[in-house]
Amino acid sequence: MLTATDLAVEFASRGRRARAVDGVNLSVGAGEIVALVGESGCGKTTLARTLLGLERPTSGTVSYDGSPLSYRGKALQAYRRQVQLVLQDPMGSLNPRQTVYEAVAEGPRIHGLPDEEKVVAEALSRAGLRPPERFFLRYPHELSGGQRQRVVIAGALALDPKVLIADEPVASLDASVRGEILALLLRLRDDLGLSALVVTHDLGLAWNIADRVAVMYLGRIVESGPTEEILKNPQHPYTQALLSVLPESEERIVLTGEPPDPTRIPTGCRFHPRCQIVAAGNPIADKCRTDLLPVLPTTEGSQAACHLVTQRQTR
Amino acid sequence: MSLLELDDLSVTYRIASGEVPAVRGVSLSLEAGEALGVVGESGSGKSTLAMALLRLLPKDARTSGRIMLGGEDILQMKWGRLRAVRWAEASIVFQGAQHGLNPVQRIGDQVAEPLLVHKIATPEKARSRVASLLAQVGLPAWRARSYPHELSGGQRQRVMIAMALACEPQLIIADEPTTALDLMVQAQVLTLIKELIASHGISLLMISHDLSVLADTCDRLAVMYAGRVVETGPAGGSFQHPYSQALAAAFPTVGDPASRLAPRGLGGDPPDPQRLPSGCVFHPRCPVALDTCSTVDVELRPAGDRRTAACVLVLEESC
Amino acid sequence: MSITWTRRRLAFGRFWASFRTQRAGVIGLAILLLAVLLAVIAPLFIDAGVTNVVSGTGEKLSPPSWDDPLGTDESGRSVLLMIWWGSRTSLLIGFLAALLSMVIGTVLGIAAGHFRGWIGAIVMRITDWFLVLPSLVTALVLAAILGGSTVTIIAAIGVTSWPSTARLIRAQTLAVEARPYIERSQALGGGHWHITTRHVLPNVAPLLLASTTLEVASAIVTESTLAFLGVSANKTSWGTMLRGSYDWGAATSGAWWYILVPGLCIVIVVMAFTLCGRALENVLNPRLRKAV
Repeated sequence: MLTATDLAVEFASRGRRARAVDGVNLSVGAGEIVALVGESGCGKTTLARTLLGLERPTSGTVSYDGSPLSYRGKALQAYRRQVQLVLQDPMGSLNPRQTVYEAVAEGPRIHGLPDEEKVVAEALSRAGLRPPERFFLRYPHELSGGQRQRVVIAGALALDPKVLIADEPVASLDASVRGEILALLLRLRDDLGLSALVVTHDLGLAWNIADRVAVMYLGRIVESGPTEEILKNPQHPYTQALLSVLPESEERIVLTGEPPDPTRIPTGCRFHPRCQIVAAGNPIADKCRTDLLPVLPTTEGSQAACHLVTQRQTR
Repeated sequence: MSLLELDDLSVTYRIASGEVPAVRGVSLSLEAGEALGVVGESGSGKSTLAMALLRLLPKDARTSGRIMLGGEDILQMKWGRLRAVRWAEASIVFQGAQHGLNPVQRIGDQVAEPLLVHKIATPEKARSRVASLLAQVGLPAWRARSYPHELSGGQRQRVMIAMALACEPQLIIADEPTTALDLMVQAQVLTLIKELIASHGISLLMISHDLSVLADTCDRLAVMYAGRVVETGPAGGSFQHPYSQALAAAFPTVGDPASRLAPRGLGGDPPDPQRLPSGCVFHPRCPVALDTCSTVDVELRPAGDRRTAACVLVLEESC
Repeated sequence: MSITWTRRRLAFGRFWASFRTQRAGVIGLAILLLAVLLAVIAPLFIDAGVTNVVSGTGEKLSPPSWDDPLGTDESGRSVLLMIWWGSRTSLLIGFLAALLSMVIGTVLGIAAGHFRGWIGAIVMRITDWFLVLPSLVTALVLAAILGGSTVTIIAAIGVTSWPSTARLIRAQTLAVEARPYIERSQALGGGHWHITTRHVLPNVAPLLLASTTLEVASAIVTESTLAFLGVSANKTSWGTMLRGSYDWGAATSGAWWYILVPGLCIVIVVMAFTLCGRALENVLNPRLRKAV
């Protein structure tokens, strides 16, 4: 449905080139929920923005339904009806001077859809704000955090999209409200066949709603596959470490050092300076330090970008 | 005797449209060397509680009840005594390490500040003390000459912890110490806090919206909802109050089939403190509310295994 | 549509309720409304004839009396009637020049803030260039070249006073554009026109209103200054009256009313606009509101 092929996005950062996204293959199938997991600065938000066409890739392509995304006005606008965005901060995503009605009607107005009031009412009730008329004249500051995020989701639904890209959709919401919003995403998938790419740092969230997980580190996807396989039996040392710091895990692997700098991507395996297995004196550590890893292809099954995993498989 | 004992602590903010009860009759105690976690959502009053402990609230807040720290009531203290208590006996680690540090002052000077203010050390002694404090939080001594912007978020939070440790307090109050930090850095900071309180025998009162952070670091947990403690009990035990249970379910266990493709949360939103529901304030959102819950408010009551919970259902089970 | 109108009525009600608490602002507004009303209804009672040099009926430079409550000028014209008629020119030039400056400033300010690439850079360089030009001298030269008419005076004032508005609007635009709802709107398919008119403009409008009100005051002062320096629309305005009083040595001949009355009128109206503008700023600027 939505596919990224060899996608790379670079920025100029303090005189150096930052490779925020550095070769990513990723696809979101029809009716599929994919979680893109990573720490801040790993490029997951840039990847999401590029998939939405808000950022132009330096190389590689984004394609929707098999045809590559065009960045010319008309085609891009048509694409925007298919792929919609939900941001982290629902207060900031709503114009404080617009009512709920205007916020949800914005998309239909831009695209000149007929029956505006009906579309808005339907989108609001789909997003769980019922009866919708009660919310029309409210302002964002009169709503609770959960309601605001529902308004943002309704605003996306009003265009009847096929794919939703949600950047940390519940990170700024209260814990007790979170579940309801996630349940809403699942329900939208079941009722409308909506696909979703959920960008998050929260593995619990991925476990809660995602069919597939892609773990991103420093601009690349290092491991991807079905949620159950990746989260229960992670192969890549980075995924293992991420899972190990969750409270219920027995043995913690706390990686030393800070999230790395996309202007200085290490040689060899990009994870090797922080890798716990390299630090523990792994026999092929030299390979990890010098040999580049290939970019993971788009597949349904599990895969990991790690010399150790490759070695284990070939043996 | 407990190190810290809160007795019927209430905090009310006076604003233009009336009074806002932020904390409503909280009684808690913290033993020496114990780590207590206070968890709650936004508006539950947890941060107000933390600020009230050292009388750091704005002027429009009215505090009542008692806060006994080492046998002395903080609310009755004279200004001079209170200043001595702050940092020297109880210190606070704020959330958002970006703003807690002065951007134009070197790290070393900021860490040394409480030592010099409380005349604990001479400037020369302070310098060596700063080096040892930085070493304790895992930062090299040369970092003392850095400015805050040269440090990463995790390193800044380490500096904040070093500042809190400077005067060797008996109690550290940590208000969302790891919020806005990355998963891995958060784990690093939590591990550090755990090691430090264990090795120094310091008591910890840690406040967070994230139950998983507290469950990992603290011995005991208190759950707050709408300005009240609705449950206390050992960390790691199973919750009895339906709100705590819902909160726990919001942080799913990866690998637990029950939560797979089944996110759980509560309907509705936390109540407006100016318009609290009648009876048990949780009843409009409670999945197991009885008819009586809308009229009867329940105090904390024993719920087995050093646990107390404020719920009608708890009584029926233990009887 | 009824939904929008209900909402606007509610919003205006809230705005008025908080404006009313600003006592200085209410006084300013009352003075302004009175001044504008008097200027508008003037033709019902008098005409341009009161400013005609040959139609002066009273004594030359006579002090206030029952016949001429505010005295007369060098041609025996009633100062009161001239002030009344002159207010039309002064206010008209003030309002239109401020409007012109606001339109130029807003368009360029939003453009500079929205198009951040080379377009924004060029617009900002032009703005800076105008900002460092001594605006009074420029206006003087412009008006002198273009010739004296109401339109040229308005143009001269408007064209020289917009850079500060543009600066203000650009800063506000940058702040608004950093908000996530701009990104959301982009993702919904909104183009430059949509984003600037639907999101940026409504969010800078309150600030704009307040700054324009202050701008009117300064335009009135500039008009008077220009007139005093000899560049006028050849119509009686408060500025030309001051010029006249100076030319005829009103100060040395003790005709205090001839200087004081137009001077006070300028001070009062400018003050009223300033009070109103400050009150609007207090009510509409969320940052100031929080600080209060």
